[in-house]
Amino acid sequence: MERYYQPEIECASREEIIAIQNEKLVEQVKHVWENVPYYRKKMEEKGVTPDDVKSIDDLHKLPFLSKTDLRDAYPYGLLGVPLEDCVRIHSTSGTTGKRVVAFYTQGDIDMWEECCARAITAAGGSKEDVCQISYGFGLFTGGAGLNGGSHKVGCLTIPMSSGNTERQIMFIQDLNATILCCTPSYAAYLGETMKEMGLSPEDIPLKAGIFGAEAWSEEMRRDIEKTLGIKAFDIYGLTELSGPGVSFECSAQKGMHINEDHFIAEIIDPDTGEVLPDGTQGELVFTAIDKKAFPMIRYRTKDICVLTREKCSCGRTHVRMAKPRGRSDDMLIIRGVNVFPSQIETVLMNNGYPANYQIIVDRVNNNDTFEVRVEMTSEMFTDNVGEIMERQKQLVDGLKSMLGIKAKVKLVAPKSIERSEGKAVRVIDKRKI
Amino acid sequence: MSVKQISIFVENRPGAMHEMTNVLAENKIDMRALSLAETEGFGIVRIIVDDAYEATTVLKEAGYINKLTPVVVVAIPDEAGGLNRVLQIFTDNNINVDYMYAILGGKSINEAFMIFKVDDPKKAESVLRAKGIRLVQQEEMSSL
Repeated sequence: MERYYQPEIECASREEIIAIQNEKLVEQVKHVWENVPYYRKKMEEKGVTPDDVKSIDDLHKLPFLSKTDLRDAYPYGLLGVPLEDCVRIHSTSGTTGKRVVAFYTQGDIDMWEECCARAITAAGGSKEDVCQISYGFGLFTGGAGLNGGSHKVGCLTIPMSSGNTERQIMFIQDLNATILCCTPSYAAYLGETMKEMGLSPEDIPLKAGIFGAEAWSEEMRRDIEKTLGIKAFDIYGLTELSGPGVSFECSAQKGMHINEDHFIAEIIDPDTGEVLPDGTQGELVFTAIDKKAFPMIRYRTKDICVLTREKCSCGRTHVRMAKPRGRSDDMLIIRGVNVFPSQIETVLMNNGYPANYQIIVDRVNNNDTFEVRVEMTSEMFTDNVGEIMERQKQLVDGLKSMLGIKAKVKLVAPKSIERSEGKAVRVIDKRKI
Repeated sequence: MSVKQISIFVENRPGAMHEMTNVLAENKIDMRALSLAETEGFGIVRIIVDDAYEATTVLKEAGYINKLTPVVVVAIPDEAGGLNRVLQIFTDNNINVDYMYAILGGKSINEAFMIFKVDDPKKAESVLRAKGIRLVQQEEMSSL
């Protein structure tokens, strides 16, 4: 039996959903026009006023927002309400100019947690469940979002956060956790550790997992499901749009339902900006129609994917998005952490290394491997192995403190990193999604 | 007079060492001694050659980072306690050995040549000489 958190909305007719979207969009455009000078200016430049937007059919008239806008408007430029009406911020992990700081009113948080509650319920969660949240807590949206959603569903919530794998397993076993929320790579790692501890899926009370914040393959899903003895559900979101729960998977495991009463999705041609029909691959664009503090209109996610409105066996009527095929952005998500090549560059420069480097990301046994290759220089070279190793360790430590995750540093021969004309190939991502 | 050893940065991967020796071979550089310090990711090849100046030049041209390191080469009689006697002198004079490696003696089969990288090569040489230990000079290494 499929469970719904809000069946009247999740299974509403197409007409009902469109009616909700029309009403909220008109109001949201007005709200932004009146309260966000940055976006109003963009509208004026395009010659659009709130009067031009009467329904979702007019959405395409509105200007896009991109990551660049977020950077230009940092930190308060896209704020839609007075600061005193905001109750929280969340942020992406970028410590470069690419950091995104998103603001929330209490209403925004309620909406977001509701979305997460729908995801947990779709994964089979109810008040009888024990939900362990092993996403990181803090500025990252993962922990807070699912934690709030779990409360709304009424699960007994374990706000575990990430790390300390043995303690994670102890809590799952001792407190009979039935639902696990974390990044897929961490779920895989937990599974691996349990196996090493001699635990079989029957020894683990978990029945479902909600995994997101990084790209993962269908193969990895089956792997996790087998080792943990669970059903694994995908969840999608962006800090800009609230966090996880913008869309989530149902029991059909065939794409993620977008919460259309809060987010309007479009697929555009990333080069021309032209809206593409359903079923066509393109860049995903979202309009958050009732988020007040940080209202995003036509926000370009840079995620490449496909939408489908085909009837879903779960009974939900909201549009489904396929797993994004990849980001056109330069940001990497490694072991659930956002990594920008520019951050790595900063650490290299600070440690006296040249900017000739390459990042190699791969996935071995469902865990991300992360290697930074740096060219050796005459200045750094010495006959003393210990000294070179010490410098290498300083670099590993520097990267760890900048990024929050450990990288393997490999010193390579000078000129061995291929130089390309124009934009350097800094990242080699071998992960097969 | 200490002997000039060339230390070369080489990647730890199949073929890396061969590429380097290829440069030496092509330039007809004759190696007298070789030792390799390896780590997981890279290695340092230490060589003594017939023509240190020529070797460093061609290696640099081929893109190899290298440095000259002074080492002390000691001729040790091929008999029990030979090495022990030399190390005793280092101990007595508080000289630290960073690393060492050996080659068989050149023309004399009665000697082994031990190459020492020490913290103070000048002092090492003078104390060894004072104890009557035979030191091998650059010329002798080159002409082996």
